[in-house]
Amino acid sequence: MTTITIPEGMPQYGDVPRLDVARVRADFPILDREVNGHRLVYLDSANTSHKPRQVLDALTEHYARHNANVSRSVHTLGTEATEAYEGARAKIAAFVNAPSVDEVVFTKNSTEAINIVAYAFSNASLRPDADPRFRLGPGDEIVISEMEHHSNIVPWQLLCERTGATLRWFPVTDNGRLDESGLDDLVTERTKIVSLVHMSNILGTVNATSRITARVREVGALLLLDCSQSVPHLPIDVVDLDADFIVFTGHKMCGPTGIGVLWGRGELLAAMPPVLGGGSMIETVGMTGSTFAAPPARFEAGTPPIAEAVALGAAVDYLTGLDMRAVQWHEKELTAYALDALAAVPGLRIFGPTVPVGRGGTISFALGDVHPHDVGQVLDSLGVQVRVGHHCAKPVCTRFGVPAMTRASFYLYTTTEEIDALVGGLEQVRKVFD
Amino acid sequence: MQLDQLYQEIILDHYKRPQGRGLRDAADPADRVGEAHHVNPTCGDELTVRVATDGEVLHDVSYDGMGCSISQASASVLHELLRGRAVDEAFGVHGAFVELLSGRGQVTPDEDVLGDGVAFAGVARYPARVKCALLSWMAFKDAAARAGVGVSPEVKA
Repeated sequence: MTTITIPEGMPQYGDVPRLDVARVRADFPILDREVNGHRLVYLDSANTSHKPRQVLDALTEHYARHNANVSRSVHTLGTEATEAYEGARAKIAAFVNAPSVDEVVFTKNSTEAINIVAYAFSNASLRPDADPRFRLGPGDEIVISEMEHHSNIVPWQLLCERTGATLRWFPVTDNGRLDESGLDDLVTERTKIVSLVHMSNILGTVNATSRITARVREVGALLLLDCSQSVPHLPIDVVDLDADFIVFTGHKMCGPTGIGVLWGRGELLAAMPPVLGGGSMIETVGMTGSTFAAPPARFEAGTPPIAEAVALGAAVDYLTGLDMRAVQWHEKELTAYALDALAAVPGLRIFGPTVPVGRGGTISFALGDVHPHDVGQVLDSLGVQVRVGHHCAKPVCTRFGVPAMTRASFYLYTTTEEIDALVGGLEQVRKVFD
Repeated sequence: MQLDQLYQEIILDHYKRPQGRGLRDAADPADRVGEAHHVNPTCGDELTVRVATDGEVLHDVSYDGMGCSISQASASVLHELLRGRAVDEAFGVHGAFVELLSGRGQVTPDEDVLGDGVAFAGVARYPARVKCALLSWMAFKDAAARAGVGVSPEVKA
C-alpha cells in the first residue's frame, strides 16, 4: 500500500472531524432492541432514520410543558409555543445557510413541498397577472430525471396534464450517474423549471449540479433540488448550491414524521400564489375575497405540525452538535467498506456507482436471481432490516431491467459490524434459495 | 421467527420447479377464455392468469409473471389445485385458500381441500407477505369472472 503525503498547508485527513459511533448509538434507544432473537441491524435509514433521545425528549417536553396553538394567542403558553415553533424555523434556516428565516416553509414532508411548488405553477397559470416565471402552457417544458423518486415525477406529470406543458428528463448512465451529455438540448429557453434529485434514494448517486445550474441560469429557468437524501447526510448550503428551491423531510434526519421543509428564494416565494387556503395564511378575509400573508405563512394554512417542527429543531441541534462534516466522513468510510464487502459476495450486482465517490451510503443490489422480497425476508429473520421493492423509483428499476431491488442504507449510527452482519445474512439467503 | 415456517420445502419446490407455467391457448376452441393481470404495487410483482372453461369445468388455469418465491409458488399451486376441477369445487378451494391466508395464522388448513396449499399456513403469519401469496388467486378470480364463471366485484360485465 502506498501512502500519499498531502503537502503541508493543504487540508489533511486528520482535519476532518470524526464521530464517536459508540457514543452516538447510546443516544438512540431503539438500537438496544432485538428483532427475531437477534441484535437489531438497521440498514434502512434512507427510508426513515431513528430518533435520538434528545428529539424524543423535545417532543414530550413540548406537549408536557408548552402545548398551545401558534401565531394566534396572547397567553403565555401560546407565546411559548410560537417561540419554539419559530425558533425551530431559525435553526433549520441556519442549518442549510438560508439567507433569511422567512425562506423556510414548514410542510408535511418533501412530497408536499414539491407539490406546493407544482401547484403554485398551476395556480399562476390560471391567472394572467401572475409572475410569468410561474406561468405554464403548451410549448413550455419541465425537466426532471430518470432517477427521481416518484414524489419528484408524479406532481410534474399532473402539472403537465393540467397546463399542457411537456415533461422531459435526463437519462441515467449504466453506472448510475446522471447523463448530462444532452444538457443543452434538454434544458432550453422553453424550460420553466428543472427539478432534480440531489442524492438518489435508490442508486445513492450524489449529483454534481453546477453545470446544470449554469445552464438553468443561462436559459432563465428555475431549479428545484430534492435534498431529501442529502440534507440528512451532507453539509448543505443553499447559497453554495445556488438552487431556487430545495425540499427535505424531517424523519430522515433524526426528526419526527409529519414535518418537512420547502426552502425557496425569498423573492420567488413572494411571487408564488398560495396553494392551500385556510387559517394563518391570510392577511385579511372578506366575504367577497381575501388577501394573503407573506411567505412563509402564505404556504402554511391551518394549524401546523407544531411539536414536530420543534422536535425537528432539536434534531438539527443534534446534527449540528455532531458536525455534519463528521457525519459525511463517517458515511463515506462506511460506504467504501460496504462496497468492498458486497463486491466479494458471489452473484451480487450493485446498481449505481461502485466507487465511494459522488455517492452516499445507500446501496441497492441484486443477489443472483433471488427476488428482493425473499432476500429481505431471510435478512429480517437474522435481525437485519433492509428495504426491498422499487423504492418509489420505478423508472430506475425499469432502467436497469429489474422489477425490484434490495437496498441497504446507512446513517450516523451505522457500524462496520452491521455491514458484516448484512454480508453474513446474504450468505444465508444463498443457502435457502440455491 | 422461524424462517422454515415461511419457506416450507413445498413452497421452495414449487418456486424452483413451477407447475404449468406459461400462458396457453384453450385446447377446445369452444371454451370461453378469461384473463386478468394483477400487480402488487408495493413490490412491483406482476402476474397474468388465464382461465379456459366450458362453464362447468376449468379446462386450464395458466399463468405467467414475475415475483418473489411466495407469489410464484402460490401461482404454481393455484394451477395444480384448480386445473381440471369443476367450477363450484374450484371456488370452494379458492375460498379455503383465501380464508387460510386471511386468518393471521389462526386457521387450520384442511389438506384434503388445499393439497400443497397447506404449506402457505405459515405465510398467513406474515402480513407483509399475504398479498404475495394471494396475487395469483385474486387474478384467477378476475380471470374466471371474465370467462363467465364466478363473480368478481372488480369486473364489470
